[in-house]
Amino acid sequence: MSSKRKIGNVWIFIEQDEGRIADVSLELVCKGRDLARRLKVKTEAVLLGSEVGGLVQSLHEYGCDNVFVADHRRLRYFSALPYTRVIVDLVRQHRPNIFLFGATPTGRSLAPRVASKLLAGLTADCTELRIDDFEDKSRKQTLHDKLMQIRPAFGGNIIATIVNTWEDPQMVTVREGVMPLRDPEKGRGGAVTEVKFSEQPEDLAVKIIERSREVKSSSLKNAQIIVSGGYGVGGAAGFKLIERLAEVVGGAVGASRAAVDAGWVDHDHQVGQTGITVRPRLYIACGISGSVQHRAGMAESGKVIAINDDPEAPIFSVADYGIVGNLHEVVPKLIKAYKEK
Amino acid sequence: MSLTILVFAKQVPDTQNITGQAMKEDGTVNRAALPAIFNPEDLCALELALQLRESHGGKVVVGTMGPPGATAILRHALYMGADETILVSDRKFAGADTLATSYTLASAARRYGKFDLIVCGRQAIDGDTAQVGPQLAEKLDLPQLTYVEEVQSVEKGRLRARCLIDGGHEIAETALPALLTVVSGEQPPRPAGAKRLMQFKKAMTRSELMAKHANSNYEDANLLAEEEEALRAKRLWIHEWTAEELGTESERIGLAGSPTKVKNIESVVLAGKGFVNIPPTDQDIGKLVHELIEEHILS
Repeated sequence: MSSKRKIGNVWIFIEQDEGRIADVSLELVCKGRDLARRLKVKTEAVLLGSEVGGLVQSLHEYGCDNVFVADHRRLRYFSALPYTRVIVDLVRQHRPNIFLFGATPTGRSLAPRVASKLLAGLTADCTELRIDDFEDKSRKQTLHDKLMQIRPAFGGNIIATIVNTWEDPQMVTVREGVMPLRDPEKGRGGAVTEVKFSEQPEDLAVKIIERSREVKSSSLKNAQIIVSGGYGVGGAAGFKLIERLAEVVGGAVGASRAAVDAGWVDHDHQVGQTGITVRPRLYIACGISGSVQHRAGMAESGKVIAINDDPEAPIFSVADYGIVGNLHEVVPKLIKAYKEK
Repeated sequence: MSLTILVFAKQVPDTQNITGQAMKEDGTVNRAALPAIFNPEDLCALELALQLRESHGGKVVVGTMGPPGATAILRHALYMGADETILVSDRKFAGADTLATSYTLASAARRYGKFDLIVCGRQAIDGDTAQVGPQLAEKLDLPQLTYVEEVQSVEKGRLRARCLIDGGHEIAETALPALLTVVSGEQPPRPAGAKRLMQFKKAMTRSELMAKHANSNYEDANLLAEEEEALRAKRLWIHEWTAEELGTESERIGLAGSPTKVKNIESVVLAGKGFVNIPPTDQDIGKLVHELIEEHILS
């Protein structure tokens, strides 16, 4: 039984681009370290890229005891086939207990492929992770010290706790901004394990022709004031009103997924579990019903103003100020009031 | 080059616009109050497949794994222009997580035979996992492009697409056959064609054909076979593949084939922290703004 075998370490896949580690990866190193301490195992990072040796020090300082490094020009940018092969080989060799990935486009393309190859369970977009025992009723056994993988589901109307009952690793993805980032311990050291990479013909199947990284047009992550619109805004034209209020109060524009899916506003603006997690001083939610997924992304805002014509809308549950009314009337009044301040 | 394109789609409860009515008094979701719809990004996948067929020739085959009622989305696919549809359905598939689902869909793709491309939506709105696409690609040993916004060209056995990456875009090229997962692109999915709707609304599976005759004295197997033949001839036949027909291993499908188990589910309690109710009048809104400025929340 797997519970009798020596327990494996906690691993974190490190996403990097042009020599910069993604924030979510460092957040997961911090979380991974907590889990590893609880399990009395080590925290290890898996770093793939080209000329990425310079990033190792920082990973040690954030809490990694060991960093597996596969350094090769073919690995410069994420590509599903070679990345999967390197990682699957490493997992088979070292048998980690837990493996954390950022829920970025890269993490969400890589982790499922790895999990499929390993026949491992994978849970997407977790908002909370902790260690607990699990009673597997169907097989009448208690599994000790399993990873509780907690995530909203069903449009965010329920919170599910999911457990991987098969062989380790227990794999999850986690959104950026969900786990807190701690300060690095300057000068903290650790081990490095170099991983050999050999090119295979399959690596040539996908070729990257061109890459462009745009400066995010929405600087949501660090905005102090955010004005967000949801499905209740009613259309792209209506969204202009949201933008206008944001401009007047010097804030950034946010949106719920419903508004993004409707095509009224770009995905960069999406707040919530499948978007960006924000912590502004003031969050103004206009015509947003407030699914758990949305609330998960903004509940830690300083103050929340909710504007909705449905007094039962869940958004009011996280609001400090609630205005029950038609946003097309309320928002212009807010603009007017602010201009007359 | 002419392309045979498989599109895998999912019928999902419409979780996008959940209102108070869809919640039961005990705070759980009332599934019955939610309409079952064609997963939005799968519609984008189908639209992309239809466009590729229009510019390169070939055919578009739409498959779904789901309960018998999932044929609704297959008929919708026919209304939009799909050439052939497949229902992958068996009680044994129930309770599948993404690993068991991708295994089952991979078996269906193999059963279908030769294809050039598989297109799926990036994720379904009920689970939001985005896992089935890459897992299906792995099961079939196919290269993958994910978060595809637009296909730019298909030439000499290679497909070029624009994909979303973290904080930007990438133009990538893949050898075919390959699997793409699609996000909503520039062109919205086409509506059902009125003529096609009239033509294909009678499309059905074997189970539906049997059910149609369940209460009549339609016992002659030859007559059923004749009717099936007639439906096939008019392209009104929806293939229905069970676990047995796909030859799936029983320990890899459904609940048994799913490593992840749900430990518990909590409905989200809507108990508020209590908010200050601001009436929507000029005066009250003015007062709120003034207060926020005083507290340096607004500047």
